[in-house]
Amino acid sequence: METYTLIVLLLAATIRVATPLLLAALAGLFSERSGVIALGLEGMMLGAAFASAAVAAISGSAWLGLGAGMATAMALALLLAFACVTHRGNQVIAGMAVNIMVSGLGPALALAWFDLGGQTPQLEGVGQRFLALHWPWAEAARATPFPGLLYAELLSGHNFVVYLAAALVPISAWVLYRTRFGLRLRAVGENPQAVDTAGISVTRLRYQAVLISGALAGIAGTYLSTAASSGFVRDMTAGKGYLALAAMIFGKWKPYPTLGACLLFAFTDALATRLQGVALPVVGVIPVQLILALPYVLTVLLLAGFVGTAVAPKAIGVPYSKEKW
Amino acid sequence: MSSPAKLPRWAEVGLLPAINLIAALLLSGAIIKLIGESPWAAFKLMASGSFGSQESIGYTLYYATNFIFTGLAVAVAYHAGLFNIGADGQAYIGGLGVGLVCLGLGAWPFWAVLPLAILAGAVFGAAWAFIPAWLQARRGSHIVITTIMFNFIASALMTWLLVNVLIKPGQQSPESREFAPNAVMPGLHTLLGKVGISFTSTPLNFAFLIALAAALLVWVLIWRTRWGYAIRVAGLNPTAAIYAGIRPFRITIGAMLLSGALAGLLGLNELMGAQHRILLDFPEGAGFVGIAVALMGRNHPLGIFFAAVLFGALMQGGSQLSFDMPRVNRDMVVVIQGLVILFCGAMENVFRVPLAALFARIGDRNEQP
Amino acid sequence: MVRSHSTAAAEGQPPALELRGIDKRFGTVHANRDISFAVAAGTIHGLIGENGAGKSTLMNIVYGFHRADAGELRVHGRVVEINSPQDAIAAGIGMVHQHFMLVENFTVLENIVLGAEGGRRLAGGLAAARTGLERLARDYGLGVSMDTIVSELPVGLQQRVEILKALHRGADILILDEPTAVLTPQEADQLFKMLGRLREQGKTVILVTHKLREIMAVTDRVTVMRLGAVVDEVATPTTSPRELAEKMVGRAVLLRVEKTPARPGATLLTVRNLEVRDRLDVPRVHGVSFSLQAGEIVGIAGVSGNGQSELLEALAGIRPPSQGEIVLGGRDLVREGLDARARRHLGLAHVPEDRLRMGVVPSFSAQANAILGYHDQAVYQRGLMMNRAAILHGCEQKMAAYDVRPPDPRLRIASFSGGNQQKLVLAREIDSDARVLLIGQPTRGVDIGAIEFIHKKLVALRDAGKALLLVSVELDEILGLADRILVMNAGEIVGEVAAADATEEKLGLMMAGVKGEGRV
Repeated sequence: METYTLIVLLLAATIRVATPLLLAALAGLFSERSGVIALGLEGMMLGAAFASAAVAAISGSAWLGLGAGMATAMALALLLAFACVTHRGNQVIAGMAVNIMVSGLGPALALAWFDLGGQTPQLEGVGQRFLALHWPWAEAARATPFPGLLYAELLSGHNFVVYLAAALVPISAWVLYRTRFGLRLRAVGENPQAVDTAGISVTRLRYQAVLISGALAGIAGTYLSTAASSGFVRDMTAGKGYLALAAMIFGKWKPYPTLGACLLFAFTDALATRLQGVALPVVGVIPVQLILALPYVLTVLLLAGFVGTAVAPKAIGVPYSKEKW
Repeated sequence: MSSPAKLPRWAEVGLLPAINLIAALLLSGAIIKLIGESPWAAFKLMASGSFGSQESIGYTLYYATNFIFTGLAVAVAYHAGLFNIGADGQAYIGGLGVGLVCLGLGAWPFWAVLPLAILAGAVFGAAWAFIPAWLQARRGSHIVITTIMFNFIASALMTWLLVNVLIKPGQQSPESREFAPNAVMPGLHTLLGKVGISFTSTPLNFAFLIALAAALLVWVLIWRTRWGYAIRVAGLNPTAAIYAGIRPFRITIGAMLLSGALAGLLGLNELMGAQHRILLDFPEGAGFVGIAVALMGRNHPLGIFFAAVLFGALMQGGSQLSFDMPRVNRDMVVVIQGLVILFCGAMENVFRVPLAALFARIGDRNEQP
Repeated sequence: MVRSHSTAAAEGQPPALELRGIDKRFGTVHANRDISFAVAAGTIHGLIGENGAGKSTLMNIVYGFHRADAGELRVHGRVVEINSPQDAIAAGIGMVHQHFMLVENFTVLENIVLGAEGGRRLAGGLAAARTGLERLARDYGLGVSMDTIVSELPVGLQQRVEILKALHRGADILILDEPTAVLTPQEADQLFKMLGRLREQGKTVILVTHKLREIMAVTDRVTVMRLGAVVDEVATPTTSPRELAEKMVGRAVLLRVEKTPARPGATLLTVRNLEVRDRLDVPRVHGVSFSLQAGEIVGIAGVSGNGQSELLEALAGIRPPSQGEIVLGGRDLVREGLDARARRHLGLAHVPEDRLRMGVVPSFSAQANAILGYHDQAVYQRGLMMNRAAILHGCEQKMAAYDVRPPDPRLRIASFSGGNQQKLVLAREIDSDARVLLIGQPTRGVDIGAIEFIHKKLVALRDAGKALLLVSVELDEILGLADRILVMNAGEIVGEVAAADATEEKLGLMMAGVKGEGRV
């Protein structure tokens, strides 16, 4: 019974860790499916984490924070689109530049505005954070291990953003595969010339995709500072943007497999936290760092074609120009 | 990676980077203004903080040394058409090599330790670059993504080593023990003192001269040898390379090994020269600054030297600045770095295209009777 | 083939498409000069000209890809403003590009509806499109399985998808840009039948090509372009291929190169049963065997895309063959797996078909390009470094010997004209003292003066005892230079003709696969 509880708690932790990863991975998916490399996820998330915490702290509303987070990330997305789509700049460099700039800008602005050494104030007031939503009878059900505990820990007890992220998987799949926009989006990432000759603006489509990417990354960043923790701290994304990129690649640029990859990566993270310093039978203490490095190792193996194959959208990373053909 | 609009050479290597830099600084100034400080005063303080005294110059060049190594690393890969984002991880692992030699051979004389430390740094860094290079060359795995992943893997590996293996017994923070005095790079002030020039004691050390030698070596390799010729052909026109019998596999592997080796030398300056022990996250993002340095320096060693000094000055000036303007600290320097990368690397067409049009118009006018 | 002259064209109906004074410059290049002509409704109108005559630019203006600097377009008598493909589609113009504009991992149906989905949600639009397309396919004999992934279709069917795409958007005027470049003769025949059916249904077709045979076979009228301008327009039945060719080229075509009969010597290169497969493992060259002797030029004729390029690249060591032998100087290059570099050392030089893509590094100087592929030769080394004086001097010599202008080795190769670039590439390959020369499209994009120079050089090389293999899409060039002609079709050598017996008609028939193509 002890093990069972542990496993349920581990899975619940997995869901919490997976949420920002999933949101960011879906953000990457929209951008990359349109042919724009999503290397700026980290920066967009971090920017949103700062903006949402700052606005939530000042206004007292997590919802206003969410709005500010999304707006900030979308503004950064707009900058990326301006550099990469309009001016055909190098997408990798643009993404790196945004990541580096934001990693300094967040703490710099936080220091200037709040004077707390580069952090935002603790979000302690009512409504400043997205708190766990408890489903009916969850507390009562907790007493019965099965299925009560599962219900209380896995279905109930998460905040709004977690449920939103879960809902966004089928929504993304629907948009991508069942709508006109999705068809065009997938087409522009494979062959922008085909889209252009069909009378559709490549630039407009890519702007739309990158902006959607910004909106989703904004939600992911907001989750970090106003749901998972209570306020913004320096470098709080800690590479999650890159990990999300890896998850998206591991999910082969498709929504449901990406969800699977995010859960897998989150599980390793949750497991690493649990196993810290714990001696297991037979193998002894597994180094936490080994488990934490696992997602990156797996992604490299996938990219190398040792575990399945990942085929990127064909036109990815290539700025579109009419003259070139 | 090619540039569509053509410019005269002097504009390409001088004017355009200058315009991009000014644009980045203007925007940085706007942000400083937003924070509530005077941009003009801040830049003035930064300039004097980075070049105003022997001490500040020493620190500036000490920071620049790291950036020369990583900037050269990024540039060598770039010439072969490869985007090495993994210089940070390669520097981290390369530093491990340097550190292990310094820890293990501390009893040896310095002139025996030094070549081995250089060799170890280069080999460790090259080894860390080899796997992404091989995966790119043989399995077509996108090197941008794999090198990013290898940065994280390097970080995990080093954390584990420092926490569990290399940590000084009886100590809390994950650091190795200090290197023996024989395994420490002489400060430049000591060397200058020997030839009768007095210079303030700063972390600037002999590794600076090694970096300059590396820059010269890279220049010779890329522009004066057939291997460099082959690298540039492969980077600029891969089809022509195959036509010319240049093997892409060898170029990819060779260029990335050299790139990783150069990044791996960062430990000579940072660990052997300044910190005198192995510690967590010592590259401090120098690998990423290297991207900016290479971009600004147009992937030419001379340009990289100047760009590295500029970024060194930003680092040093930024930390000096925070004494006078507590709100404008290292973070602000990071912002400026990001903006320089943005303008020099990703948005260069913003100014390049109108500039090219301007030159074309001037050219037309001159040709007409 | 049936030709219908009885259409409404004459009956005072406005032309389907009319161009008036279209003018376009790209920088210093005057691509289209004051172009005016009209295309009668319900006809197949040919637009013919050499490569680089400005045909594609003109059609891209009509389709809204480029904007004309001056001039106007009328569709069915109405002035239209076309600034984007969207405008062109709205005006009832459809275009099938030379390189297909298809999303390869989409199904046929998805490709066809892209841009004309009929609503925000796909399901309804796809179903409606499927019904409409089945009717279209029936009417025009354009059957394609709607749910197949496009990359799995043969090229001929992919082109059909492009045509369906245009028709699905309600195209009334259909432009086809070099549609047969990638087709087998059989597929081309099917295409022409299809075009005839489109005409019967009242559609207007513009066929852009540089192949005379096609113009003669299917068009009603033809407009001839040269150097960016319209030089003539005639009713097809009143003209002949020879007349059209002279107008296209602007001089008497049979500019035979002065040469004496060949005196072939020892066999230098032997190819046996060569097979080359592409990335998708489709054989592009199959069962090819021939030999090349000292002192002769062997020409390879064929419609482009019939395996000539792959053959040339396999010989040069750029593409590995899947089987067969290439014997040079007693060594089997295939079995030894020698790359381009090793083959150069054995005396095999190669002038590549696509100069800018393969033969030079555009951003390098002329002198750096003059050693490409020979950069590891001892002459260019000085210890561990390259011998810069030798490189400069070598380039100066080549430039003088081949009249490359301007004779400045430090200038970027991209700023030389096509002819001068080609002369430098030739100089590099010929000066290498190779015994066997593989020459691809030696005069592509080269001005007339340089063409004569290059042709004379090639003949001089032959007379000096070299063996030359010449691949060219210009039949005139093959006829003028070659001593023996091998004809390729669908990856195989379908015949060999001695130069003395070769005529354009005879070669044309063989290029079409011999099996009785309609006569011109």
